Order: sequence, then C-alpha cells, then structure tokens
Amino acid sequence: MKIHEYQGKQILREYGVPTPRGFAAMTVDEAVDAAKKLGGKVWVVKAQIHAGGRGKGGGVKVAKSLDEVRARASEILGMQLVTHQTGPEGQKVRRLLIEEGADIRKELYAGMVVDRGTQKVVLMASSEGGMDIEEVAAKTPEKIRKIYIDPVQGLTDADADEISLGIGIPESALAQGRTVFKGLYKCFDATDASLAEINPLIITGDNRVVALDAKLNFDDNALFRHPDLQGLRDLDEEDPLEIEASKYDLNYISLDGEIACMVNGAGLAMATMDTIKLYGGNPANFLDVGGGATAEKVTAAFKIMLSNKKVKAILVNIFGGIMKCDTIANGVVTAAREVKLSLPLVVRMKGTNEELGKKILRDSGLPIISADNMGEAAEKVVAAVKGKR
Amino acid sequence: MSILIDRNTRLMTQGITGKTGQFHTQTSRAYANGRACFVAGVNPKKAGEDFEGIPIYGTVADAKKATGASVSVIYVPPPFAAAAIDEAVDAGLDLVICITEGIPVRDMIRTRHRMKGKRTLLVGPNCPGVITPDELKIGIMPGHIHKKGPVGVVSRSGTLTYEAVGQLTELGLGQSTCVGIGGDPVNGLKHIDVLKMFNDDPKTEAVIMVGEIGGNDEETAARWVKEHMRKPVVGFIAGITAPPGKRMGHAGAIISGGKGTAQEKLAVMEECGIKTTRNPAEMGRTLKSILK
Repeated sequence: MKIHEYQGKQILREYGVPTPRGFAAMTVDEAVDAAKKLGGKVWVVKAQIHAGGRGKGGGVKVAKSLDEVRARASEILGMQLVTHQTGPEGQKVRRLLIEEGADIRKELYAGMVVDRGTQKVVLMASSEGGMDIEEVAAKTPEKIRKIYIDPVQGLTDADADEISLGIGIPESALAQGRTVFKGLYKCFDATDASLAEINPLIITGDNRVVALDAKLNFDDNALFRHPDLQGLRDLDEEDPLEIEASKYDLNYISLDGEIACMVNGAGLAMATMDTIKLYGGNPANFLDVGGGATAEKVTAAFKIMLSNKKVKAILVNIFGGIMKCDTIANGVVTAAREVKLSLPLVVRMKGTNEELGKKILRDSGLPIISADNMGEAAEKVVAAVKGKR
Repeated sequence: MSILIDRNTRLMTQGITGKTGQFHTQTSRAYANGRACFVAGVNPKKAGEDFEGIPIYGTVADAKKATGASVSVIYVPPPFAAAAIDEAVDAGLDLVICITEGIPVRDMIRTRHRMKGKRTLLVGPNCPGVITPDELKIGIMPGHIHKKGPVGVVSRSGTLTYEAVGQLTELGLGQSTCVGIGGDPVNGLKHIDVLKMFNDDPKTEAVIMVGEIGGNDEETAARWVKEHMRKPVVGFIAGITAPPGKRMGHAGAIISGGKGTAQEKLAVMEECGIKTTRNPAEMGRTLKSILK
C-alpha cells in the first residue's frame, strides 16, 4: 500500500526524523490558512499524489507571499498532474501539502528496501540527491553507499556514521545522521514498510539534516497488524477496477491492450499475457482468480474485465488442479449469460475433470471457442479480435 | 532416486486441523505412498487427538520424537506461519515445506536470519510444494498430471509449474522431482540450490527452470549452470509483458528500479547455455528437443 508524502512525513516525525513543518490542505482556503499558521516568508505548495516525479511535472511550487500561495494552490489543486510514473493521462491532484520553505545547502538521497539476495533490509544513500536515483545507480553506481542491516541488531551507530561520512554529511552533523538513519530503520521495521525513500534528504544552511520528501510503501501482507496505517489508504489514487476486484479477492491489474484474460495463478496469468503478445495481440489486464473460483467470483471477474471498454475479446486459461474444470466451466457459462456476453470468448481448460468442463461449455449453446493448449488459445483469441475489425 | 523427498520420507503436517491442512493432507496421503509417509500432525491445542488416524502432537519436537518424522509441511495461517517454521527449525527437522501464502516479509527476514547455521532446509513459503512422482506428494499440486521420469522441474509459480509438468507428461516425459520454490521475495531454497541437487541426482537427466520477473535469482542460477551444470537446462520466464512497478500477484513478482525484467533474465540465461523459450506453450517441446 502506498501513502501520501504528508502522511509519510507525519510517520517519520514519530520516529524522530526531522522534516519541515507543514500541513495538508484539501482546498485553496485551507492552503492559505496553513501558510498563515506556519508563518515565515517562503512556502512550498506540493501536490499530493502517489506517483513520483511531481516536481518535474509542475506539481511543486515555491510561493513568497500569501497571495502566491493562493495562486499556486489554485493552479495545482485539481490539475491533471502528468509525471513519468502516472502514464500520459496523469493523476488528478486532490490534496496539497503546504510546507515552510527550506534553506537547502546540499541534497542527498536515502532509501530502504528489502534486498532479496541477502534477505536483509538495505539502506542505500547517495550524495546525489534530488535526482532520479535509478539514473545515479545506472551511471555512477560508486556514488551509492549501501548497508545491509542485521535484523537482530538493527541499524547501529557505526552503520549510520559510515553512511553519513560516505555521502558527505559533515562530522559536526553525525549525531543528526544517526537520528535520521536509525529513525528511518525503526520506522521501516515497525510499520512493515516495503519501501522508504527520502529524496531529497537535505543539509540546511545551518547544518541540520532534514527529510524534505517522504515516500513510504507498506507490505500488504502485514497490514492486518497495522489498523492505523490502513486508515491512510487513499482510494482516489487507485484504479477503481482494481479496488472492485479486491472486494472479490481477485488479483486484477489494468493494462493497455484489447484482449482481456482470466487465469488461475499469478505465474500462469503472466505467462498467458506473454503468449497473447507472442501471437500478435495485447493483453488488457492481468487477472488471477486464485484457487477457489466460484460462479460468483467468475461473474465478478467478467464484469470487471468488460468494464474496460478497450476490450474486444476474452481469453480464459485455467489449469485445474484443486480447482476442477467443471466448476470453472459452470462459472464461465453463468457469467457469460449474466453479463450477456457479446464479445468472442476463448476458453482453454486443462487438468482435473477437463472433459466434463469442456462438455459443459459445448452444451451451453454459447458461442464459446475452445482451445486445447495455451498457444492455440492465444492464436484463436488474436484471430477473433482481428476478424472483428 | 529423486531430490528432497521420496517414498521413505516421514513427515508431519503443521496446521493439520485447519480446513486447508486437512484437505491437502487427505489428497497427499491418497497419492502413491502417502499413507505410509504422513505420520504426524501438529496442533498445540489438540495434542493426543488424531486426524483420520494420524496422531496429533502439541509440538513439532514431540511429533519428531514420537514418530521419527524429519520433514514437515506447513498450512498454518499467515500471521503464525513464520513462527511455525521457527519451531520446525528449532526441532532440527531436515526439511520444511511452507505452503502458506501471504506471510509478512519482515517475519520471513527474521525467520531466515534465525535459520543461519541450522541444518533445516526450507521450501517456500507461498509455494505449491514438492512432489516425487509415484512416490510422495507434499503440497497442493494435482498429483495425477505427474509421471515418473528423468526431468527435474523447479519453479517460482504454482499453476505455471503444473502447465510445464502437464506438457512434459503429454509428451511422455516423466519427472524426477518437481519443486515449487514459491513467489515471495524472501524465501528458502532458490533456483540455484535446487539445480545443484538435480545436478547431483543420478536419475535427473534434464531440468526445466521456470522463473518470473523480479529479483535476480534466475540470473544467479544461470551463472552457476554455466560453470557447473552437467545436464541440459531449459528455461522460461513469465512476465515479458508485465509493466514496471506493478506487483503481478506474487509479492516477489515486480520489476523495480529497472531490474528484474524478463528480457534481462532470458538474455543472461541464454548467455549461460540455458535453452530458453518465450512461448510457455512450448516448455515441454523445448525440453524434448534437447534430449537425445
């Protein structure tokens, strides 16, 4: 699960990581009030969307008077912010963060993720902050310092100092480096984060180390033990189809193509998408129906796939193991009838009770195209789409 | 021969009284030598009872002591599953197969750290399990699609493994052992570990390795294959069409920071002498083509 920057900073503050003072605002008036409350002469108006690259997209502006705060807030609030992470259609800005201006002397980078190779949390930091860290990693990997954190000891003072000195935090500010990095790790660990990123982490004119940005993602599998974090979810930032799918315990992700697919199992679902592509089509979604696909679940899956108007055909690919082919066949027939399916439907079924499942499809009287293997299924569904054009 | 498990394995089910544990213990027990192999169940609240004649013990250590079981399969729900692995490791079992899906990554980091220097091997979590056809099935895979034979199968995904196995069986190619290592970012055995075992197993003549986007375990395994593997390996990677930054079902299946793409993995695998296919419908035939 992702959260907004202002929420991330609130959490970081709880773990002692210094951030600029700031308030969230949902309206322009609230933005101006926030600036008044903060006082000072310089404010930053920051669009709050879950995607990165907001500054480059025009979603972060400096204001030097309350009138300017009002003007910038009115521009940004409600805008369709396009960044390299939003896709071309962009994301509507519904929330702002109004912050006091910061005196930036140097921009650094700090990030934390789980490293699969060492099976530890890794702290990555760089003297090259503010920039796209993937670019730094690609061009000048020597500028990224890493510490693999011992899960029992946690991040030690020595670890923190090594990172600080490695990225140019002055010796006089080492204590602050400890506060930031140890706080960041405590936060990461305690909240079951999957990603924590401060970009930029800054050194101010008066030698303070401050988190100017905050990006936190959490492990969905651990949210059950963090009811407080669950409350931070912002459904406006998520694909409505993905939200709808999650209600039925379906794993759905929208893609750009025209062939919808419903598959059991994540690996097979990805492989099915790949096969569609290989035969000249484009998948419209990833959809894993999971282990126990009932007629109700299949119907929900069909409705979700079909609410994507780009879809021109559906491919169902099921390897029945525990889930029996006849169960799925009944689900598909029920779903096709209920949604009055008018698009071509190709079904490939394999495994337990395969013959019975195929018979149910044949006897249904529905114009279902049957296929014996994945390749044939993809070929047929691509042909069906081309035939329609 | 086979790897990890065979007809002589004696095992216990942790979480035998839950719905999933019951169901899969039943079907696994009904397969080949399952009846002789499943000798114990564990549930701290039901010690002294039994599940269809399988005695239930309060702890893994008790079950091991009473029955000699040295392997366990775990169907415990996600919040408690890592602790169940810890218990099996502390009891000194040889092998733990954790089927449970949805264990928090932080729990697995702690559990894997605790396992350092211990003898216990872990398969999973979030995996279909391990099967040695005609001998023993431990896990949730459909037994009937398998056939005894010379091909080793190792995979990160469930149904995609069945797909590979189904294709092999249809072509008349049986399997020595099929290992689902699971789709989580922090797990036990990796492709490389299983490939090493297949390399040492006299009955395995070739291997299918099925991977997916995310991480670099396939690349690591491929480099090992280039240096050490004496048997042909066929590879497939799912997720060529997966967009970056989107988690494709499995917690580990995500392209992040430009790393872990299918193209990159396939390129390294080919470089290392692994015969790859981009068509998942061709996994079986690709393997057949390299056997004499």
